[in-house]
Amino acid sequence: KLVAMEVTQLLLNAQSIDGTVRKHAEENLKLFQSQNLAGFLLSLAGELANDEKPVDSRKLAGLVLKNALDAKEQHRKYELVQRWLSLDMATKTQIRAFLLKTLSSPVPDVRSTASQVIAKVAGIELPQNQWPELVGSLLSNIHQLPAHVKQATLETLGYLCEEVSPDVVEQEHVNKILTAVVQGMNSAEGNNDVRLAATRALYMALGFAQANFNNDMERDYIMRVVCEATLSPEVKIRQAAFECLVSIASTYYEKLAHYMQDIFNITAKAVREDDESVALQAIEFWSSICDEEIDILEEYGGEFTGDSDVPCFYFTKQALPALVPLLLETLLKQEEDQDLDEGAWNIAMAGGTCLGLVARAVGDDIVPHVMPFIEEKISKPDWREREAATYAFGSILEGPSPDKLMTIVNAALTFMLNALTKDPSNHVKDTTAWTLGRMFEFLHGSTIETPIITQANCQQIITVLIQTMKDAPNVAEKACGALYFLAQGYEDIGPNSPLTPFFQEIIQSLLAVAHREDATESRLRTAAYEALNEVVRCSTDETSTMVLQLVPVIMLELHNTLEGEKLSSDEREKQNELQGLLCGCLQVIIQKLGSEPTKYVFMQHADQMMGLFLRVFGCRSATAHEEAMLAIGALAYAAGPDFAKYMPEFYKYLEMGLQNFEEYQVCAVTVGVIGDICRALEDKILPYCDGIMTQLLKDLSSNQLHRSVKPPIFSCFGDIALAIGENFEKYINYSMPMLQSAAELSAHASGADDEMTEYTNSLRNGILEAYSGIFQGFKNSPKTQLLIPYAPHILQFLDSIYMEKDMDEVVMKTAIGVLGDLADTLGSHVGGLIQQSVSSKEFLNECLSSDDHTIKEAAEWAKHAITRAISV
Amino acid sequence: MAPHDLRRPFKRRPISDQQKRRDLSLLRQSQHRSDAQQRARNLASSVISLQSSSSPDVDPETLSEPMPDVDTTGHESEASSFDIRQASSLRGPEARKWFASQLMLPEWMIDVPENLSRDWYVLARPAGKRCFVVSADGTTVSRLRNGSVLHHFPSALPGGARKKGVSGPAQSYSILDCIFHEADQTYYVIDMVCWRGYSLYECTAEFRFFWLQSKLDETGACDPPSFYHKFRFSVVPFYNCDQSGLHSAYTGSLPYVKDGLLLYNKHAHYHTGNTPLVLIWKDERCSQYVIDTDNNGQVPNQQHIVLGLQDDGKIVTSDDPPVVVNCLNADFIKQSGLSPGSLVRFAIGDGGLNCVDGKFEKADLQYISVSNRARAFADSYSKIMFQYMARHSPVKAEDLASVISQENQQDKPPEVEMSD
Repeated sequence: KLVAMEVTQLLLNAQSIDGTVRKHAEENLKLFQSQNLAGFLLSLAGELANDEKPVDSRKLAGLVLKNALDAKEQHRKYELVQRWLSLDMATKTQIRAFLLKTLSSPVPDVRSTASQVIAKVAGIELPQNQWPELVGSLLSNIHQLPAHVKQATLETLGYLCEEVSPDVVEQEHVNKILTAVVQGMNSAEGNNDVRLAATRALYMALGFAQANFNNDMERDYIMRVVCEATLSPEVKIRQAAFECLVSIASTYYEKLAHYMQDIFNITAKAVREDDESVALQAIEFWSSICDEEIDILEEYGGEFTGDSDVPCFYFTKQALPALVPLLLETLLKQEEDQDLDEGAWNIAMAGGTCLGLVARAVGDDIVPHVMPFIEEKISKPDWREREAATYAFGSILEGPSPDKLMTIVNAALTFMLNALTKDPSNHVKDTTAWTLGRMFEFLHGSTIETPIITQANCQQIITVLIQTMKDAPNVAEKACGALYFLAQGYEDIGPNSPLTPFFQEIIQSLLAVAHREDATESRLRTAAYEALNEVVRCSTDETSTMVLQLVPVIMLELHNTLEGEKLSSDEREKQNELQGLLCGCLQVIIQKLGSEPTKYVFMQHADQMMGLFLRVFGCRSATAHEEAMLAIGALAYAAGPDFAKYMPEFYKYLEMGLQNFEEYQVCAVTVGVIGDICRALEDKILPYCDGIMTQLLKDLSSNQLHRSVKPPIFSCFGDIALAIGENFEKYINYSMPMLQSAAELSAHASGADDEMTEYTNSLRNGILEAYSGIFQGFKNSPKTQLLIPYAPHILQFLDSIYMEKDMDEVVMKTAIGVLGDLADTLGSHVGGLIQQSVSSKEFLNECLSSDDHTIKEAAEWAKHAITRAISV
Repeated sequence: MAPHDLRRPFKRRPISDQQKRRDLSLLRQSQHRSDAQQRARNLASSVISLQSSSSPDVDPETLSEPMPDVDTTGHESEASSFDIRQASSLRGPEARKWFASQLMLPEWMIDVPENLSRDWYVLARPAGKRCFVVSADGTTVSRLRNGSVLHHFPSALPGGARKKGVSGPAQSYSILDCIFHEADQTYYVIDMVCWRGYSLYECTAEFRFFWLQSKLDETGACDPPSFYHKFRFSVVPFYNCDQSGLHSAYTGSLPYVKDGLLLYNKHAHYHTGNTPLVLIWKDERCSQYVIDTDNNGQVPNQQHIVLGLQDDGKIVTSDDPPVVVNCLNADFIKQSGLSPGSLVRFAIGDGGLNCVDGKFEKADLQYISVSNRARAFADSYSKIMFQYMARHSPVKAEDLASVISQENQQDKPPEVEMSD
């Protein structure tokens, strides 16, 4: 057993500048932890609590303790929680005592560390009904505590609220926490540290305050205290108080009507006069209000129905006459080189962004409030005024109706094209090119009645954009973006695209941009390839030969990235990024050319292209893998059964993709591609199925894999079963139990929130697609009877998701389809069972009278199949 | 507790192009999955329809199932056109069998039929893929003999595209018998099976050809490709099989590459499967593919044929009833791992073939292997014989011409008028 002295030395050594000493100490800590966890954690807690020990060893002791309680990866976190819960009570009690004692340490850092550790322990124990006295002991005599202990206690309460879900804390405790926190924020509190800690704690406790916000008096009190705190002489307190307001704006939008006038005055003052860190929060308050109203109005579908859960209070609209001038003022506070700095965020950017949200929230009404500003400043000698005017114009293009904007935009178009070529300011050109992109994004396309791009100006627009692509990287990037939307507007133009005469020139120019020496600045290269992709996506048959000519060009570039010279890690990263872009581009081209009539000519490149993709898998880059995998999926679809020839070589990368738990996007994409391959190869995929199924089953049982990948894995079972038919027999014993237990889980996982409901539905859909594929795959096979034992459970599953009443349209369609598949494949064997199920009556009838024709169609088919099954 | 990051996307699209690619892929995959399921589901209804056309290959178990939606008492021609629409969603071996049994398949011309100039049409067969083109419900699908989809496209055929304003009645579907000619991406129509829901199965070739000639052009299907019309259709010129007709078909210059001549008996209905009322004839002048080639495109030294093995060891042609070519002994069948129903490939040895009255007297066969599984059927008697003759004593163009001229002689009014 280690004595306390040794622990201190170990913890200090673990921070030594001498690498050997550090490594040795770290190893010893690990050893200690693995040999005697209880003793180890106790020593750490003791170290943390001991005021005699050096600050550095105490801080690290706290950190190591915290890391022994929580981890980012779900599976690791779960392990740690189980380990803590299995410790003996005496040890845990002693550790808790040490932690609480540390809160009164005179050393601020040590107190803060202890606060976080306490919250972690609470996060584990409170849901288990352990440590029930925690909240009580924290709050017992908070008013008598010395300021520094009070501060630490409030901080602990804040972290606790962040860590623990509101439903495991009794309302009585919630009330006490909030009372303590809000009292700590009160102007009567003389100590600024206490007041700051309380304000920050409230930010985290707001989610607990549902009941209190429903009570007028309590809400008034909280709001008064928060608003007062925004006027504190201490800048950090003001900032923290505004953070609370921002959070309240989205959490308690519907409770705010009474306070809006005051809040407007406070925010306006902050935006105009306060420190930037405070002003940014004040603007964010309005952005959050806009976010809420945009969401609500979107759900209304443009008209007030009155039965919506949250009504729109039109706060933005009411504040418009004062809010818009306030935001316009901020636009003039640009920083000199903000467009060159990826991480920049300042009041002008925040103000412009907010103005854009206001436009979306109020629509046409914003236009008269902004136009005078634009007209006055757009030609001023000071670049700041020209840029601000342009930015204001660009910001309000989304929201107002095309009718309202059309005249203005038509007049502005020529001006903008001119500014793009002539304005001396990089900043103005950047914003101008961006604004053109916004014009094309929102006011150009098949739904717009009077096009802003006409035969008369198309050539000029393209010429100017191509010219601008030679400008500074940040300006060129925006020009590529504008071209992206220009192409997108012609997406469904029909056989003759106005872009056809310029197609070759556009492609050449975009390739030239991608090859610029400085293309890696300002995301320019990415923007160039994205525009290229969109131009290809929206191209018509007229230009397919030119797209074909692009194939060897892009392949050659991809080939060049694979010729291995010794690269620095930075260069390699750029190389990998480029590989991802090129694979993405090839993917778009495959989808364009991989069908008739270009398919034959295009497929001549397939062998070589596949060879390149396989080499990309040799490089270690998740993005490039994912892109190459997606491209291969598209290629498999185009190649059909011929894809079989690539399988021997490709298979190992498929397996690698399925094993990639960490970069789960790669895994997800690989699962999707297996579906593509199943449909391309049909039963020729059989030789690979043992390997694929084994890996998919492993993936499903892993708790390391991101949960979003699991529903597509189930769907993939269905793809495989449909492809190999009754050969799926040997996987039945493994896959059916997995489907069954997932089905049980998803049947009643009634959503705690929207996100959970959405996930549950995607899981159900995956499970149902698996059943569909399996039933259809076995149809007309003598082995059909193998499936009969599973029928009762599947019908039960259908019944229970129907009764839950929370499935979406997609699940509804898949579910009623499964009912039909079951009847279709098992026929009279399950006739009686089907007749007993709710699904075959109420659910089927509901689907038969659905407005969604795909549901109706599936239901009619199911009805037909059931009639046959029960009439025998 | 650090302040929270407020940054919002600035001058950037909210969705990256990569995310867009990902989303589009997912969309494509889920559409294809749903299509595949739809196909599988429809398989059921078409198994039922197979019975109504009393195909011999149906599983006796499914036969006993009731057929609520199929009007078995209805007119026979209607039942078969109903089948074809359903069958557009078949796939795999069912589809191969089904489609192969739905197309009218010519016999090979091993002797010249009588009354050529009076009873037959001749046309130059375009080189390319034989397929069924079905237009219905706003889309057009072409399917090869083996059932696989060649194209799925919008066309100007009735109901062939989702086009505003010209939507006809829902039942308005059409079925054409075509050859897709790769070089000019054109569907050459050689027969019309169904037009605007009206079945032509029971009509004579004479009427079908007339109808085809007059109706197809009206729709704009023969116009150059456009957005709602992806491929051009074209009628193959046909002639009475007299001297000039034969000459035009045989030597005339046409917009497509020829692959032999097709002869249609004017009085024949559209008969599914092999029929002696449509004949194919080829020579080196009008076809690049007179003698069968192997998988590498080479003409093998010996003629290869594919025959079916019966339970009793007899090896037979695909004709109905089958023609017995030879018999294998049980040991050999066992040694070679053959089983009844196998399709077996043979070479014809120096001993050659000898036939009398459509029966093989003697056949010198050398076993090669089991045939590849893509094949659905054995060779027909006429194909084996045509290929055999092509290697030894082909029917020549002059033979056709001379038969016609002899017939003309006969058709002339007798020089001597008989008196009662």
